[in-house]
Amino acid sequence: MSAIPAGVGRVRAQTVTLAHGSGGRAMRNLIADVFLRAFDNPTLARLEDQALVGLAKLAALGDRLAFTTDSYVVTPLFFSGGDIGRLAVNGTVNDLAMSGARPCFLSCSVVIEEGFAIDSLRRVAASMRDAARAADVEIVTGDTKVVERGACDGLFVNTAGIGVVRSGVNPGSDRARSGDQVLVNGPLGDHGAAITVARNDLALQSDIASDCKPLNGLVAAMLAACPDIHCLRDATRGGVATVLNEIAESSRAGIRIREAAVPVREAVRGVCEILGFDPLYLPNEGTLVAVVPPESAAAVLEAMRGHPAGRGAALIGEIIDEPRGTVILGTRFGGERIVDMLVGAQLPRIC
Amino acid sequence: MKYVDEFRDPDKARALIGEIRGLVAKIDLCRDRPLQVMEVCGGHTHAIFRYGIQHMLPPEVELVHGPGCPVCVLPMGRVDDCVSLAERPGTILATFGDAVRVPGSRKSLLQAKADGADVRIVYSPLDALRLARENAEREVVFFALGFETTMPATALTVLRARAEEVRNFSLFCNHITIVPTIKAILDSPEVRLDGFIGPGHVSMVIGSAPYQFVAASYRKPIVIAGFEPLDVLQALSMVLAQIASGRAVVENQYRRVVADAGNAAALAAVHEVFELREFFEWRGLGSIDHSGMRLREAYAGFDAERKFAVPNTSVADPKACQCGEVLKGVIKPWQCKVFGTACTPETPLGALMVSSEGACAAHYQFGGSARKSMPAHAKASVP
Repeated sequence: MSAIPAGVGRVRAQTVTLAHGSGGRAMRNLIADVFLRAFDNPTLARLEDQALVGLAKLAALGDRLAFTTDSYVVTPLFFSGGDIGRLAVNGTVNDLAMSGARPCFLSCSVVIEEGFAIDSLRRVAASMRDAARAADVEIVTGDTKVVERGACDGLFVNTAGIGVVRSGVNPGSDRARSGDQVLVNGPLGDHGAAITVARNDLALQSDIASDCKPLNGLVAAMLAACPDIHCLRDATRGGVATVLNEIAESSRAGIRIREAAVPVREAVRGVCEILGFDPLYLPNEGTLVAVVPPESAAAVLEAMRGHPAGRGAALIGEIIDEPRGTVILGTRFGGERIVDMLVGAQLPRIC
Repeated sequence: MKYVDEFRDPDKARALIGEIRGLVAKIDLCRDRPLQVMEVCGGHTHAIFRYGIQHMLPPEVELVHGPGCPVCVLPMGRVDDCVSLAERPGTILATFGDAVRVPGSRKSLLQAKADGADVRIVYSPLDALRLARENAEREVVFFALGFETTMPATALTVLRARAEEVRNFSLFCNHITIVPTIKAILDSPEVRLDGFIGPGHVSMVIGSAPYQFVAASYRKPIVIAGFEPLDVLQALSMVLAQIASGRAVVENQYRRVVADAGNAAALAAVHEVFELREFFEWRGLGSIDHSGMRLREAYAGFDAERKFAVPNTSVADPKACQCGEVLKGVIKPWQCKVFGTACTPETPLGALMVSSEGACAAHYQFGGSARKSMPAHAKASVP
């Protein structure tokens, strides 16, 4: 049964206008026809200013709520392997999953620039629906704003999310201990490279697709193999290098990784070679870093490789005592260097 | 990756390190002090840090990171002038990516962009010319930067702009030439360099002849090198072999790219469009005669400095800054008074902290947690 309330019409306009943000019939039609039709669930269909969710069902899943929010402002909106909608769902699902939570409910707020194509909006909504289904979460509340041309770049999306963490699960960036092993779930930098190629400044062509995907299923499988995962981080902006530095700093530990063990696709390496980028700093949208006790490393790695989101999982390094707060890379070439936090954005070099 | 991994082979690296150790054992000079070899080019500096090369070398060999990072040596006054061009109404300022963060005395181009200037990152001067064609009602100023490596592309773009009669395109020309600067470094009294790893991409354009004076007049070996880590090690080994046998000549390790005569077509385009300025200011090194380029009179219509009122700002380097001494190898980056305290990559005081190719930034970024030197246990153990 469709959740669209009776008496709500189709949107016939080709583009979004300020009228669609005015609070009147045009806005109601837009919300119902584009978002309700896509997300299609009874909690949202109440069309009240808030979603109501039962506590008992949540309480049965664990002993703590995880709550997060994130805004998505990517350019271009559509790229190989994803789009802003898919990113907005998976990003928030993954932020929840990194606490070990099972993600349950999301909100979806959009800020639309007037003149934005309704078809593009439908495409984004459909891809949010698909992503929510794949991650087994419901989008239960939302908001729509339209701003004047030039006040935003096409479409901005914000999602907030609620999940539940079961007792005994407690990953934290300050829990890495000497001897712990460092794992990633697959090749680094696909998302950053795909976005770089899609921006087309260099007219590069490649078949690199974003790694944008939900990680909650993978995390559940990892927690089943080892409930006491010490650190779990989603390596989005700043990439794996930044996450490792944050873990090293919070845990007051050193981290040593081996370049030869770090998985990077050939095509991504190619993009990095051309632009002078380092794949360790490229953003990801479906790549996690896990720090696990040494005795569980093999079991977690096996669990990861047995899950579709972790087929390319690899053990890339370990936690060491000294130098505290520092990440050291053993280069493939036989040297060693520090992998520091990035200052500002990675920029292509002159020569 | 084909044609890349071959030049990063760890076994070959070990063999070259063995060769370097063998040569060092034969050189008497380095019993009293380490040998100092300067890599002139920022691309080499980047490779040395990125692959951890310094820590694979015997302690008798010190790499001194030279002035070959065009972004680093750009004086603050030029950045201020560029910002004022970017802030002219109706202007699009097109620039290479790593120039946007270089601090001026008021702001960087990145800050100017945030304040409303239209600053676009391009990957080639031809992209800037395309912007000019697409925005006929606006002036597109290209922030032309770099050594002979990037000069031909700028020159060819100007030639094309003239052929296509594009009138809303101009250069803010900051092209510089490396040879007078190598000479200026060799002439400074406190310098005691023993040899040079010569620039690869610059030499691809100018060839090997312009370096003859280094060997002939100053008796220092110089080896033109590629940018892969094995290139750097092999070139270093060639420099040491010259020192060990008492020779000083210009050698070319980068034969797969660099022809001894350079690239005649590229040079012709450069000479057609550009001429030497009498002098040009270098951040950290001061004014150096005949080290900067400008557009010839025939191309004045493409020269932003002639077309618009550029303030011609002059800003002295901060007093505390010791970039000049680091550049000449007189002190190490971490021996500078402000390294890692007043001067960091987030808030660079000096030239060398500005770009990742600058010696100080590279050292800060890749160097060590204490920022003074690599922790002892983190040094590579190369047999």
